[in-house]
Amino acid sequence: MSATTSTDEFIKGLWRENPVFVQVLGMCPVLAVSNTAENALAMGLATAFVLIMSNLLVSALRSFIPKQVRIACYILIIATFVTITDYAIQAISVELHKSLGAFISLIVVNCLILSRAEAFASKNTLGKSLMDALGMGAGFLFALFCLGAVREILGNGTLFGLALFPDNFESWIVMILPAGGFFTLAAWLLIFNAINERRGTS
Amino acid sequence: MTESPAISTNASTSSTKMLVAMVGIGILCALLIVVTFQGTLPRIERLRAEALAQAVFKVLPGTSQTRTFFIDNSGQFTEMVAEETAVTKVYAGYDQQGQLTGVAVEASGQGYADILRILYGYQPQSQSIVGFHVLESKETPGLGDKIEKDANFLANFEQLDVSLAEDLKQLQNQVVPVKQGEKQHPWEVDGITGATISSRAIGDILGASTMEWVPLIYQQRGNFELNRDSQP
Repeated sequence: MSATTSTDEFIKGLWRENPVFVQVLGMCPVLAVSNTAENALAMGLATAFVLIMSNLLVSALRSFIPKQVRIACYILIIATFVTITDYAIQAISVELHKSLGAFISLIVVNCLILSRAEAFASKNTLGKSLMDALGMGAGFLFALFCLGAVREILGNGTLFGLALFPDNFESWIVMILPAGGFFTLAAWLLIFNAINERRGTS
Repeated sequence: MTESPAISTNASTSSTKMLVAMVGIGILCALLIVVTFQGTLPRIERLRAEALAQAVFKVLPGTSQTRTFFIDNSGQFTEMVAEETAVTKVYAGYDQQGQLTGVAVEASGQGYADILRILYGYQPQSQSIVGFHVLESKETPGLGDKIEKDANFLANFEQLDVSLAEDLKQLQNQVVPVKQGEKQHPWEVDGITGATISSRAIGDILGASTMEWVPLIYQQRGNFELNRDSQP
């Protein structure tokens, strides 16, 4: 029984409660760092790591943290793992850190992570919290990649830096700019909801 | 009203608990950060040094070996033998025959998002900047980071004029940024549309740094020549 429920916790983050397409959480990195597929993937992974680690620690300490100071404690825990991620990325590759630098520290204020800590990890066991974080992290990564790939293809004519179109392709600069993030997000939300609606009616 | 005494006793007992929780988590978090910082520091420093060493080869075309110099107490460029920190260093490059290919200088200044650190190659023979590389930038991905990728912009630094005036103490023309497509003189840095602030910042950083360093390096260019242990 517990095995099926933890699988459910994982699956729900991917689709039914996808953090970006359904809950519309964490829009700052979604719109800001999704201008290339590579940046989107790296940002998604970094966020997923912070989400998993903070969910684990919050869940482990849930009986120890009084509810009056819980938000402060969660933020402290989240900020710690963001700092750790920042150092880890610097140690992995100078190039990667160069392209993400400014946005890593902004993971602290990603409401997705705080909402999972508050709404789930503080009330559930370690195992369930881990599955929930894995699912939400994967869902976030998937959504970021959807946006990043579309924006890079249309805005730059490339995917992962590889040219996809002949030289005379006129790239849509607007897709790289912040406005393109909103357009792409709106288009994906439209598609996502259309699919869900069709499923519901059939 | 009957509940109020209960609440006040609750509050007094739980305030100790709150304090313990906050302090405890604080200490745990501090410990985690310190461990990570200490653990990654050697590797981060090594990667930074490697990136810098590779950048020297990039900004000085034809370089096959490099040496590090610093300004000693008498104001002379001296080769650095032992590792020293907290001194301003420049990096001289040499080709296969041991001829000086140029001197790479690090410079930094305010960009759009944060401090930009760049490295540029100065060639005393042609009195020009022959290469440019961004060491550290937090410019907006997709916009400001064009200063590292835009071919038209990078072409500025293949032969950027930094000739000295006759007194050898200052530049004839300071390096200045201009709008994209308005470059008319060999000492102007053509900007990037869509990365205006970042590309202007590069022009300004170069302008300030070359004013300071180019006269010094040119006057002492003899110090950089390989006079001993020449290449076979």
